[in-house]
Amino acid sequence: MALLETRALNKRFGGLHVTNNVDLSLEAGEVHCLIGPNGAGKSTLFRLVLGEHSPSSGQILFAGEDITALKSFQRIRRGMSVKFQVPGIFKALSVRQNLETAMQHHYPAASLHEEIDRLLEFLKLSGESRQLAGNLSHGQKQWLEIGMAISLKPKLLLLDEPTAGMSPEETHLTGEMVQRLNADGMTVLAVEHDMAFVRQVADKVTVLHLGQVFAQGSIDQIVADERVAAIYLGQAHG
Amino acid sequence: MNALSRFFARLEGPQTIGRGPVFWIGFLIVLAGACSYPMFSDGYTVGNTVYFFTWVFMALGLSLIWGYGGSLSFGQTAFFGIAGYSYGVLTLNFGAAYGFTLAAVVIALVIAALAALLLGYFLFFGRISGVFLGIVTLSVTLVLERFMAQTAGPEWAIGKARLNGFNGMSNMPPLTIPWPGGDIILFPDVQLYYVVLGLLVLVYLGLRILVNSSFGNVLVAIRENPERAEMLGYDIRKYQLGAFVIGAVLAGLSGVLYTSWGQYITPSSMGMTAAALPIVWVAVGGRSDLTATLIGTLVVLSGFQALTIHGAQYALVVMGFLLVLTVLLAPRGIILAAADLLGRLGKSKRGDA
Repeated sequence: MALLETRALNKRFGGLHVTNNVDLSLEAGEVHCLIGPNGAGKSTLFRLVLGEHSPSSGQILFAGEDITALKSFQRIRRGMSVKFQVPGIFKALSVRQNLETAMQHHYPAASLHEEIDRLLEFLKLSGESRQLAGNLSHGQKQWLEIGMAISLKPKLLLLDEPTAGMSPEETHLTGEMVQRLNADGMTVLAVEHDMAFVRQVADKVTVLHLGQVFAQGSIDQIVADERVAAIYLGQAHG
Repeated sequence: MNALSRFFARLEGPQTIGRGPVFWIGFLIVLAGACSYPMFSDGYTVGNTVYFFTWVFMALGLSLIWGYGGSLSFGQTAFFGIAGYSYGVLTLNFGAAYGFTLAAVVIALVIAALAALLLGYFLFFGRISGVFLGIVTLSVTLVLERFMAQTAGPEWAIGKARLNGFNGMSNMPPLTIPWPGGDIILFPDVQLYYVVLGLLVLVYLGLRILVNSSFGNVLVAIRENPERAEMLGYDIRKYQLGAFVIGAVLAGLSGVLYTSWGQYITPSSMGMTAAALPIVWVAVGGRSDLTATLIGTLVVLSGFQALTIHGAQYALVVMGFLLVLTVLLAPRGIILAAADLLGRLGKSKRGDA
């Protein structure tokens, strides 16, 4: 059974048809990347899955359950988690408190701080535990938010351009982390521009164009597809 | 001993300044000073100090809603008035025998809580935030003021209690504690002082536990980034509503204590000036900390009273300047800024800055 499935999903903003009959299916355990030129509707689709937008028509299923009408926090409680493009952290709180707020209901009180220490180490933020999150470097903020997202032990991790603003080295490290999480059984849906990252992690790639699913397949199939190269150069339907 | 240290651990946390033995010894010294103060003072001055104390509850409630939760309520006085008037109507009708005034306090607070639940439901579940929240809450308190101001006619009465329009209600009985040897009537004097001081300590410590709990973690997370807080699986509307209702009950407690203290309440207690002042107290001291709010409120209130005595018409202007100066020079509040400075000096002295 698919972990996440969208059926004939549509979203219109006035006359603008941003998401057009999208059928997307994510098998449990896969890393799925969503790519496409600017304005292809990636972010809207992402927000529809998260519940930040509600669709004009169509259905979203998560682990077999219809979640189309559920609010964002209810979807999170069912096993989704998200990392935003712009680091969504609590700037005036310490790094430790950021994680504590995320984790306090997922771990028993007795072992909470041990778990936080372990996660801090995994994120290479052990030394910054008492630092205010707003004082971290951009890369560290990204890591902190990834930490908050995975601390919920989600079945599905949603990543919105996880490597935006990262150096090639940091991008590669992020890719390795995604692979490690995936090896532990986490399913991942990532919106991503960086093709090196997509090549590194993706089991499956969906190309969106003008709100529709344009192509789907392994990264090699997508790269070999001349039509895909054409839309990135702005020549499709030309 | 173990239970005691666990209790103190719950009073401390990242959401409150002041921790460790030094702080709590200081706290006990201040408390001892406050307890022995009536012995060195006269009844009138003690009664006047109670007057200051009654307002602190509303300030602490606003600190919770605004300073911790990030929602600026401009209309805490609405709940102050609702509870104050409720206390008046109840006690004017049913008197003070058998400790009824204490029951009236509880009922008045429940009424304020229900009003806050209703208003807060529409505000937070309607996702109203920021400046609009301030506008709506201010409108509510101003509407209540206008409404009560036009209740001068004899047709505006609830049972025996005339609402009396702009002149307000008066002559309700003060708080009365039933006692075997004769009821203790709490006039604005030493006895009322100890009752209100006791309540203040309880509320202060209770709120410290609340803001340092997992509830408090979520509350400040909502202030910092509501979207992220929701995407951690929290129904942020419920947390906002919870803080709003607690803050309203505290404003109501101020209203009830004020009403029984002076045995009167008027519509102007819900007016524009009354609604703006709590924001000045809380902002000047440091809204994001309970201790800073407590100290700041008492300091500003006594300064305000001194000014009113010596130059009535300028006191409000000075309050306005104070708010503007705080926002420009120490946006987190003067007491908090001073505490930060002290903390930094202490650190650099120990050489671990």
